[in-house]
Amino acid sequence: MTSMPFSWEVIGADDGPVIVLHGDVNSAATAGFEAAHDQLAGLPGPIMLDFADTGYINSTGIALIVGLLAKARAGHRPVAARGLSDHYREIFRITRLSDFMTIHDTDQAGRPA
Amino acid sequence: MLKTFRRQPEVLPRTAPEPSVDTVPLPEQIDIADHDPLIGYLLGADGPIEVAKIELESPGLRRLEAAGTHLIVPLVSQGELIGTLNLGRRLSDQPYSTDDRKLLAGLAAQVAPAIRLAQLVAERQAEAEERERIAHELQVAALIQHTLLPQTLPDISGWEVDAYYRPARAVGGDFYDFIALDDGRYVVVIGDVTDKGVPAALVMASCRAILRSVAQQHSDPGVILAKTNEALVADIPPNMFVTCLCAVLDPETSTLRFANAGHNLPYVRTPLGVDELRATGMPLGLMPDMEYEVNEAVLQPGIALVLTSDGLTEAHNRGREMLGFERMKDLLGACTVDSHLLTRILDELDHFTDGAEQEDDITLVVLRHTSSARTSAAAFDSAMELGRFTVPSVPGNERIAMDQVAELVRDTGIAPARLERLSTAVSEATMNAIEHGNQNRSELDVHITVALTNGRLHITVRDHGAVESIPDATTPDLELKLAGLQSPRGWGLFLIEQLVDEVITHGDDDHHAIELVMALEGDS
Repeated sequence: MTSMPFSWEVIGADDGPVIVLHGDVNSAATAGFEAAHDQLAGLPGPIMLDFADTGYINSTGIALIVGLLAKARAGHRPVAARGLSDHYREIFRITRLSDFMTIHDTDQAGRPA
Repeated sequence: MLKTFRRQPEVLPRTAPEPSVDTVPLPEQIDIADHDPLIGYLLGADGPIEVAKIELESPGLRRLEAAGTHLIVPLVSQGELIGTLNLGRRLSDQPYSTDDRKLLAGLAAQVAPAIRLAQLVAERQAEAEERERIAHELQVAALIQHTLLPQTLPDISGWEVDAYYRPARAVGGDFYDFIALDDGRYVVVIGDVTDKGVPAALVMASCRAILRSVAQQHSDPGVILAKTNEALVADIPPNMFVTCLCAVLDPETSTLRFANAGHNLPYVRTPLGVDELRATGMPLGLMPDMEYEVNEAVLQPGIALVLTSDGLTEAHNRGREMLGFERMKDLLGACTVDSHLLTRILDELDHFTDGAEQEDDITLVVLRHTSSARTSAAAFDSAMELGRFTVPSVPGNERIAMDQVAELVRDTGIAPARLERLSTAVSEATMNAIEHGNQNRSELDVHITVALTNGRLHITVRDHGAVESIPDATTPDLELKLAGLQSPRGWGLFLIEQLVDEVITHGDDDHHAIELVMALEGDS
């Protein structure tokens, strides 16, 4: 598994904005998460996190997701996730993130099945 | 001054009855004790003195009188009384005249430095001869030792055997031996005789011969030591004894049965660390009727048995610090177990001593079990180090550690889901080591060891965490975190505990280690 630098993009959609995450979700993603959250301000609706292009999420990455989820909940905005591998679905279950955000089944391309 | 008298007894000529040179008898040698008051008296005298005028309670004076001495002429050189000229009565029975005394005083002043010089030359010559004798004795001792140490090492299938002996300047009585038994087993012996030089070498030779003889009749290490003790105790010189470790290795079953007569404990270097093999017993030659505890160990592939003499553990560095048993274990633990293990140990030892003089013989014997059969990893019932590596304490290097561990365990047959869980746990443990243990100091490495034991992977992540110990994992409260009442961080140790089968933490004053245990198969 090769290390990949983090990048992100926010895509507007009818059913709410999608934050598409690329690369490793670790401490290097801190600034990106904050910037992505700032972009959500002008895009109402539930928030979708797309992990289909991420290969590695560590505990610092989990903390970033928790932080973003906390802000969204403070703004009464639901958060969902898609594109998670089985391993990271398990991580989300262990950390109980899946109790507070909807985890969508994913096809191989990372889109909701 | 008194020393001269002790070492160089005075030569006192007995007064000859006739003046003929041919009839002068050999001088009588009279020793005067250091504490005799006559010595002080003569030192303070100013020229020749008549014995009859000396009023002293002196044994030396009485002996001079008895020898017929009438006049004593002190021989003083550089304030030191180095001897006396002792004269009997004149042949004419006339007293010694003033001219006679002046002549004798002048003679003494001339003779004394010459005698002193001769004494010094004789002393130096005696010292040189003593040095030469000691050097020769050490050569003999070294020859005995070298002759009796194994000239070749046994060729044991599936095992690597290595041995090393480095004599100190004053040769001691270290020895080691390998004795092949008819049934394919080997008796392995390492011993150390107290004392040094020829006496130690001779006792070593006797002990070795007895051990070889007994081992041909008995294959129980406890019995071998007990029988050797009985034979040795009868003849060994007083205040001498022999420490000895006797082990019987069965290469087929990997079983090692061992007994110990007060020798350094053997070390077993496993992929997971260093253990000591303990068995109690008195040194050989001290007391008769001794019994020796026998214990057993199984040396699985990848394990090395390391036998040492006390010259290793008692080695000093320039600061006079002794290596000691704990440092020896650390040193051994830092060495990779491979065919260069013995060299690595010696390199580490030399690094510690830093050129300080070696005071005792150093003997080292290593037996490493090399054979392995990794046909079925899940059924693999042994301990084997799969590899070890380090990463500098730079954030992000946890990914390197994770990937390297995955590569090392790739062929073990671990289930893919379990490998993913292990990888994440390794990443988290390494990240903790980098951030907390090593405080992100890039000059400090994180050490990672990967081993397989009985179908379970053991990943040990070690840092230099003297700052704080690894805390117990607690379950993060997500509700509090989402409510902003707790930091969103703090998931690392919790994730580690949730992802692997077992977590063990080790630590000492200088290091912390977290050991992740993961079975190759199990519930994913």
